[in-house]
Amino acid sequence: MSKAGYVHSLQSLGTLDGPGVRAVVFTEGCPLRCIYCHNPDTWECRKDDICSSEELAEKILRLYPYIKNGGVTFSGGEPCLQADFIYDAAKRLKERGLHIALDTCGAVYNDAVERLLTLTDLVLLDIKMTTEEDYERYIGGKLSDVIFFLGKLEKLGIATTVRHVVVGGINDTAEDMERLASLIGGYTCVREVELLPFKKLCSEKYRSLGIPFLLEDTPQMSESELSRLKSYFDEIRRKN
Amino acid sequence: MEKFYKEWENFFAGDWCDKPDVREFIQKNYTPYIGDESFLCAPTERTRRLMEALNEKLKEEKEKGGVIGIDTETVSSLTNYPAAYLSKDDEIIVGLQTGAPLQRGVNPFGGIRMARSACRAYGYELSEQIEEEFHYRTTHNDGVFRVYTDSMRAMRHAGILTGLPDAYGRGRIIGDYRRVALYGIDFLIEQKKKDKETLGKKRMTEENIRLSEELYKQIDFLGKLRDMAAMYGIDISRPASNAKEAVQWLYFGYLAANKEQNGAAMSLGRVGTFLDIYLERDIRRGILDEEGAQELIDQFVIKLRMIRHLRTPEYNELFGGDPMWITEAVGGMGEDGRTLVTKNAYRFLHTLYNLGSAPEPNLTVLWSAKLPEPFKRYCAKVSIDTDSIQYENDDLMRARYGDDYAIACCVSAMKIGKQMQFFGARCNLPKLLLLALNGGREEKYDMQIGPSMPIMKDGVLDYEKVVKRLDYYLGWLAGEYVDTMNVIHFMHDKYAYEKIQLALHDTDVERVMAFGAAGLSVIADSLSAIKYARVTPVCDERGLICGFETEGDFPKFGNDDDRVDGIAKEILDKFITELRKNPTYRGALHTLSVLTITSNVVYGKKTGATPDGRAAGEPFAPGANPMHNREKNGALASLNSVAKLSYDSCRDGISNTFSIVPDALGKNFGERVENLVSILEGYFSQNAHHINVNVLDRQKLIDAMENPDLYPNLTIRVSGYAVNFHKLSREQQREVISRTFHTSV
Repeated sequence: MSKAGYVHSLQSLGTLDGPGVRAVVFTEGCPLRCIYCHNPDTWECRKDDICSSEELAEKILRLYPYIKNGGVTFSGGEPCLQADFIYDAAKRLKERGLHIALDTCGAVYNDAVERLLTLTDLVLLDIKMTTEEDYERYIGGKLSDVIFFLGKLEKLGIATTVRHVVVGGINDTAEDMERLASLIGGYTCVREVELLPFKKLCSEKYRSLGIPFLLEDTPQMSESELSRLKSYFDEIRRKN
Repeated sequence: MEKFYKEWENFFAGDWCDKPDVREFIQKNYTPYIGDESFLCAPTERTRRLMEALNEKLKEEKEKGGVIGIDTETVSSLTNYPAAYLSKDDEIIVGLQTGAPLQRGVNPFGGIRMARSACRAYGYELSEQIEEEFHYRTTHNDGVFRVYTDSMRAMRHAGILTGLPDAYGRGRIIGDYRRVALYGIDFLIEQKKKDKETLGKKRMTEENIRLSEELYKQIDFLGKLRDMAAMYGIDISRPASNAKEAVQWLYFGYLAANKEQNGAAMSLGRVGTFLDIYLERDIRRGILDEEGAQELIDQFVIKLRMIRHLRTPEYNELFGGDPMWITEAVGGMGEDGRTLVTKNAYRFLHTLYNLGSAPEPNLTVLWSAKLPEPFKRYCAKVSIDTDSIQYENDDLMRARYGDDYAIACCVSAMKIGKQMQFFGARCNLPKLLLLALNGGREEKYDMQIGPSMPIMKDGVLDYEKVVKRLDYYLGWLAGEYVDTMNVIHFMHDKYAYEKIQLALHDTDVERVMAFGAAGLSVIADSLSAIKYARVTPVCDERGLICGFETEGDFPKFGNDDDRVDGIAKEILDKFITELRKNPTYRGALHTLSVLTITSNVVYGKKTGATPDGRAAGEPFAPGANPMHNREKNGALASLNSVAKLSYDSCRDGISNTFSIVPDALGKNFGERVENLVSILEGYFSQNAHHINVNVLDRQKLIDAMENPDLYPNLTIRVSGYAVNFHKLSREQQREVISRTFHTSV
């Protein structure tokens, strides 16, 4: 049976959130409030944005000819908040052989999420901060939840790409890199680590929503700085 | 077989030996290539030097405001200019259009006024002798205006019909230039003489008398083509005997067409696979290597890049960037399942690296799901690197035109040497909607143009009533439009007949009459607004509807939403049905395109505010594109909307221009290539017809607008063709910049 869920939008062409050409679904509702969040418009569920899992799957399947060798990525918001809804949509897509990726913060875990993971080919797991203190301060949650989630992925053997948004002055030190490497060391499910630069393209969204953007004055992360951190990170990973 | 020329040595014989049948010759003799681009060679020193010489000339042309010079003393024709060269020692393919490189010739056959004002626009004066000569001569333009009715003049003046070929060559006719190389002139003249003789045995009806006179002209001009080549010391009376001759003979055919005609689009056809046969034969004979093969193609392309026509500023508004539409179709599949991709398909695309990006020739990849995978990837790579090529659906067209068709202009498919087109520019659909709502009155000039009806100004517009009203006016427009085209093409045949191009067609040529529609997304969104939101007309002091108040949201074309995409599709289906009800000159087949060139800017300027919220004067989206920035679900949803339009209703083509920033296409170059291939596969597998691909940042265009000197070769695809960005007007540049650039989220 079809389920109802909150969907902010469907981006029909995504090429950065998983392999190949992908449809990206942005769900609504998020338990966290990351200081650098670039989708503040997905934090809350809006009544106008309710759609059925069947309807969503149908919309995505219209893109099948383009995404058949890529797939679909569920992002948000936090998709795991609506795991039943997404499970139902994903099942319909999986039947057509589409690759399913889940872009999550790993803060939510329950039976419904576990069931969703059985359909998931790739998890994009955002670690965000590397100490409990920073996680609480900048994200508003617990790092231990994320590590718990990662443990489950390891147990279920689900291919995982760890993502980490790097913000100058917040999580861009050598120690941050070292701690990140140590947090994910030993997990064989982690196939890839992507460091993503903090960008401020979202300023306008904050303005229009009337939400203060606390990083308004923080500079964007430069490509060169990011690649320097990435080399350092890779070096530690190799050593570990 | 009557005769097997010694120049045909090593070729497999067939019916092609007895009568012009280039397709059969290709099928019996070509070598498909399914490998990758690794065999390609860099330009030779000779080519580099020649290209440098051309670059110097191009710089001079730019400094002189776009026109290097005009020969105001000579009327352009095949043998009216002496042999001329760009850099004689380095040229292995010869022949210039006029007496000097890039110099523009005067071609008053379409209309003396246009020729005169074009000269004046660049500070020249047409010679008294030419003025005198044409004083006693009827031009195509004279003929048309002798017959145009008041209604036709009014529609033209108000801009309901725009860009009509009534003052310049109609173009969009592709001579089968390959015939010159394969057969030589003597053979072709013999064939035409036979046709004339056969015709002479029939009753002398008006139709046969006309055709007989046309054959006389064709034969006459084939002779002139031979004489033109002789001026360069080359005898093309016999077939070409090697690859260099084949390229040269073929180019002479194309050059002659350009000396004779200044058609809006002077397309080349599909010569790559044909020429590859000669290149392969010479390579097998040991008299040519890959470097030499590439050199021939590079030098041929250098010549193509030098073709010029003299245009007026008004013309440039509609067809911005000085385009020639030297369209060359590349790739595609054969009916027997073998690919028509040869090494030469790669060589043509490779000229964009060897000679640098450029808009001409208009390289058009015929895309099939079955194309060799390495070729698909190479095309995607070229797109990402150069923004210079377009793609059209070979699987769709092959089913309707066979496997020896080519593209005239941007998107018009035709069987080479067997079909020709009567080009009909386009009509303005949003303006028709306004005209319908205003009961036949035109909103800008306040003229009664269509049949008179009450103005629909009372309260919220009722969708059913609007559609009924629009249908009525669509039927009326179709009749007027067909009549206008009949007049134009009757007169074009009479006063500016394409002698050399038609000499390179079968005598019993099939004709299509190509109508066009502009502003599709504006009219679709407007009707959607009337249907799904509340639209109330606002009247001005004249009592005419001059604007609309639109309350509420409505589905917009470009979001894969059937509610509005269906409206867009239906308008086109209805329009072609209405057009078909009206008989055409010479029994031509009605076709329709959704294409605007750069006229979307001018059309917008001439059109009042529309119910979709578009302000008066604001540009339309080009071709079949959704309106800028109304696409809310990303690129693929936008492509899906366009893919729903029916090619069978729009057999003259459906143009879509797609711009995406590099970062949104993938994380690195390799991924971008793969992803672009997936996008093209997905789009074309849904029977979409055409796509222009640009992979670039908006910022780069803004920068190029401010610092044109830093981007002399910046090429972008606009609407079925490519332009040097700096050759567009400021207004056109701004419009291009305002288009949707699909970005990552």
